[in-house]
Amino acid sequence: MNVKSHALYLLYIWLLFFGICPLALILMTSFLSKNFEHLIALPFTFQNYSTLFDPSIGHLFLRSILIACLATSACLLLAYPFSYFLIKSKRQSLLILLIIIPFWTSSLIRTYALIALLKLHGLLNTLLLGLHLIRQPLVLLYSNGAVIIGLIYTLFPFMVLPLFTHMERFDFRLLEAAQDLGAGKYALFFRVFLPNTMLGILSGSLLVFLPAMTLFYIPNVLGGSRSILLGNFIQNQFFIVENWPAGAATSVVLMSLLIGLLLMIKQSRRIFV
Amino acid sequence: MSAPLIELKNIHKSYGTLPILRDISLCVHRGEFFTLLGPSGCGKTTLLRLISGFEAPSYGDIYINNQHVNHLPPQQRDVHTVFQSYALFPHLSVFENVAFALRCKKMPENLINTHVLEALDLVQLAAFGSRSVKQLSGGQQQRIAIARAIVDRPQVLLLDEPLSSLDYRLRKTMQYELKQLQKTLNITFIFVTHDQEEALSMSDRIGVFNQGHLEQIGTPREVYETPNNLHVAMFIGEANIFDVDVHALADDDLLTQIESVPLRCKNTGHYQPGDKIHLIVRPEDIRVWSEYEVKQTVGMLPGRIVDIIYKGSTVDLTVALSSGKLINASEFFDEDDDKLEYTPDETVWVQWFPGWEVLLPFETSHER
Repeated sequence: MNVKSHALYLLYIWLLFFGICPLALILMTSFLSKNFEHLIALPFTFQNYSTLFDPSIGHLFLRSILIACLATSACLLLAYPFSYFLIKSKRQSLLILLIIIPFWTSSLIRTYALIALLKLHGLLNTLLLGLHLIRQPLVLLYSNGAVIIGLIYTLFPFMVLPLFTHMERFDFRLLEAAQDLGAGKYALFFRVFLPNTMLGILSGSLLVFLPAMTLFYIPNVLGGSRSILLGNFIQNQFFIVENWPAGAATSVVLMSLLIGLLLMIKQSRRIFV
Repeated sequence: MSAPLIELKNIHKSYGTLPILRDISLCVHRGEFFTLLGPSGCGKTTLLRLISGFEAPSYGDIYINNQHVNHLPPQQRDVHTVFQSYALFPHLSVFENVAFALRCKKMPENLINTHVLEALDLVQLAAFGSRSVKQLSGGQQQRIAIARAIVDRPQVLLLDEPLSSLDYRLRKTMQYELKQLQKTLNITFIFVTHDQEEALSMSDRIGVFNQGHLEQIGTPREVYETPNNLHVAMFIGEANIFDVDVHALADDDLLTQIESVPLRCKNTGHYQPGDKIHLIVRPEDIRVWSEYEVKQTVGMLPGRIVDIIYKGSTVDLTVALSSGKLINASEFFDEDDDKLEYTPDETVWVQWFPGWEVLLPFETSHER
């Protein structure tokens, strides 16, 4: 046995303890019954799953997916031109540093800081009022809008970094070749640049969409009581209602959805690679 | 001859203060295979980019088909380029790569199909349409790059060192195929290379480039046999260069001497007694005789064999003359001399036929 296989075994053990075991526990819990004394207890039941068919829960799923989609598309629309600017910029390393610096503080604290920006007499409203763009302060905080803004703010770097690496790998001589063959500006973008950066778009969107579905503290802090999302619902089931089996079942369903999404993307990747 | 298809008039190009191209005037005719030959970094590629439209000249005018195109973008020029890096689209299949120019023209699907298959057929890759370009070998990628550029029959095809990354044998095949393709399609080719052998064997005419300037334009035979200056003589083929003085004139000839041996040459450049000139002899024009083979040695230079390289069809010799100057000679096996047996350090006599040398005005010393 060599060093390499030793390291590999370590990795497997790590994966078993911190990846597979917790997942197995959640899966098991989702089939158990609720118990006030021990949190979970026998007998096995499918009831945790059948209650999820309630229309209000379905609505919650749909709204979460919608908000995650909106946040992901907004991140993409902002990050795509930004990444292009980044690879063309002479101050690339400085700009990348600026993208990374916020990671040095806890993202929870940064979410609280967003309140100062978005509240009724916060920075944004003061600025817009001062510029006479609005007459009355906008009610931004404690709405789905605030949640989306929070998600975009937190997850933007996860979109930029993969886009940046894929765009940097792009051979700009291809654009010249396309121009030479008669491609106009529209064709240059849609037929050459976009398809060649599609992998970056896919991996960036995944890195944004997955956390956007589950980040519970952003809706908690910015969304107020009305905008409960899937992440909060799961958190509530575990820590407030103390219904662990229900929380576990919701997690399992969410996870299955995301795995399905991953498989779909993996399939579509073949077209591009 | 008809009006030139491409006409460059007094082209200058500089980046900032750095001059890249100096005063280039050039006409290329319809159906011609024209080669730009020069060492790397001499501005050949920049000239191609001026013709394709990726750069605009600092001064001067470019005409394609009598149309002034200085500021016409590449998309609107009836000119395609085969890039040195091929620049095939990695996200598209072979078929779609070739179809690209046709799709830009919004050609109907059934016509696209016909044209693409025809182009693939011309480069002998008809069965490869559905492959990904990443699955192709270097030579196949090269062919696809050519098919992509000829699919909509441009008036001019620019080829930027297209064969430089292929191995020797494949390069030879592709040279032949390119030439055949050019004849079949009757498209004007402007071919850039630093390989003089490639230039000589493929071109109708060659433009010899040096440091941003066209030194000479002519048929392969003209540039090889009557070079304009020292750079052209040295860049195209091997050359032995002697720095000599004109001693006297006699009829149409001039009298001079090399290594104290008096010689008589055709006065091709109206040189006067006292002029310093270069006398250039190609290695294959030199005869090297062993001592026992010659009876009289008038007009022959004494020397000593330094190096013998057997090359199959020739024997390449390095001969040290009495002053120590080294010259190269290629001896062919033929009925006069089918043995060509030389031994190192052997004393020999060196000779060439009067009139086979080239005389050029003195530029810089080449005596060692």
